[in-house]
Amino acid sequence: MSTVSSQVEVPAGVKLPIYMDNHATSPLDPRVLEAMMPFFTQKFGNAASRNHSFGWEAEQAVETAREQIAKLIGATAKEIIFTSGATESNNLAIKGIAEMYRERGNHIITQVTEHKAVLDTCKRLEKYGYRVTYLPVKADGLIDLEDLKRAMDDKTILVTIMAANNEIGVLQPIREIGKICHEKGVLFHTDAVQAVGKVPVNVIADNIDVLSLSGHKIYGPKGVGALYVRRRNPRVQIAAQIDGGGHERGMRSGTLNVPGIVGLGKACEIAMNEMDSEAAYLRGLRDRLKAKLESELDYVHVNGSWEHRLPGNLNMSFVYVEGESLLMGINDVAVSSGSACTSATLEPSYVLKALGLGDDVAHSSIRFGLGRFNTQAEVDYVAAKVIDIVKKLRELSPLYEMVKEGIDLTKIEWAAH
Amino acid sequence: MAYSDKVVDHYNNPRNVGTLDKSSQEVGTGLVGAPECGDVMRLQIKVNPDTQVIEEAKFKTFGCGSAIASSSLATEWIKGRTVEDALAIKNTDIVKELSLPPVKIHCSVLAEDAIRAAISDWKKKNGVAEAAAAETAAQ
Repeated sequence: MSTVSSQVEVPAGVKLPIYMDNHATSPLDPRVLEAMMPFFTQKFGNAASRNHSFGWEAEQAVETAREQIAKLIGATAKEIIFTSGATESNNLAIKGIAEMYRERGNHIITQVTEHKAVLDTCKRLEKYGYRVTYLPVKADGLIDLEDLKRAMDDKTILVTIMAANNEIGVLQPIREIGKICHEKGVLFHTDAVQAVGKVPVNVIADNIDVLSLSGHKIYGPKGVGALYVRRRNPRVQIAAQIDGGGHERGMRSGTLNVPGIVGLGKACEIAMNEMDSEAAYLRGLRDRLKAKLESELDYVHVNGSWEHRLPGNLNMSFVYVEGESLLMGINDVAVSSGSACTSATLEPSYVLKALGLGDDVAHSSIRFGLGRFNTQAEVDYVAAKVIDIVKKLRELSPLYEMVKEGIDLTKIEWAAH
Repeated sequence: MAYSDKVVDHYNNPRNVGTLDKSSQEVGTGLVGAPECGDVMRLQIKVNPDTQVIEEAKFKTFGCGSAIASSSLATEWIKGRTVEDALAIKNTDIVKELSLPPVKIHCSVLAEDAIRAAISDWKKKNGVAEAAAAETAAQ
């Protein structure tokens, strides 16, 4: 009797389940937690309280965090606006600019593999009379700069292109994109949630006018994020989307989440100090994982550019094995899949489809998101486990058998259902 | 997503995995689904020509855990039944047995389709019923 359940040995020091889904969220760094703790029960003041020490203490902590964040991205503290996270930052940036620059033009340029927080925001603006161009990506997941230049016209007010993709980890050429925007006098926003703290991002050198970032992707807390808004050359103006007490220079009202902000600041400080060594470490782990998988399995391929990629990202398709069934077999490892079966919509990943991959390859994809707290022993276990389960599932796969027999699957008339 | 114990059991220990000789007169093969949709099932039966009893059933499935479990269960159920009895198996029986959630009902539909396709292939090969049905339709 064949069996899919795995008997891969768990190495000493490895605790199950293993978390390898750091693009979804990351664990809080204990140093971040330590920095946050006093701001819940002791230093609980409202940063907007101007007339007592509780307020001053909170305000001081917020300003320190502002500086820590600014420093990580080469900005100044006054250019940082606090939000509830990157989804809000993206909404504020895109809607706020669209509203403020409406008289100058109504055209926005983005690209097809953006996060839904950008795509759906743009779609809403289309309902209000804005024109949006969704640039395609090449097979490596990167946009073509010539496409960008061609898409610009005299009504273009904003280009919004992500720095790093959340599924395939590819790094868009943001410096060149920003340069093109500045030459044309168009504002450039980037959703840098996955990039900040992982790879160098500098708003001056990279010609960025507005940038979204989030706490929980960089070992900080959930529910807090920031928006960088350039104050000089050019001074960017953003129409508030939340009205109220006029916090954050009127751009984002609402009492500040002081513990969260302190945590975000601390997370940025740690990232600033450790980015180089951490990137090298993660690249080592990731390359080891890839090498092990490729040495034992045929018909695997990496999705998206290998060269322009986040250090901790490996997105791989194990062709002829369906992603959800693979996840089920490696259920003591937390990763994610682009398979339709894992999504609520039963549609495979739109990011993978945008690369021109067939649905069948998208259905077979797994995203490994390595992070600060993963170890080499964990990588070795995950590799062994994936290899074991893929081999077993291929024993079960009629497609794998047919391909091995030399049958061309594209020549078969499949009865779609 | 939480899987029922029965789905997990079929996934971990799939029954009747394998391949029968497609060219044999006694073997019927059903290949249903499509790679683009994320599931393909191949179900094969070996039928006793005298009794019309399904003596062997084998499957291979590319698909999620529920698809694998549905086809594994289908082979278990059709083994030992006559061809006509096997046709009585409905996808809803599979849904019930495996406690499939609504988003996985298509897996059970595919398993029923696979049974029907395998039987239909066997009938065609052996000139049973289907040919008669086709004749009726032609008239």
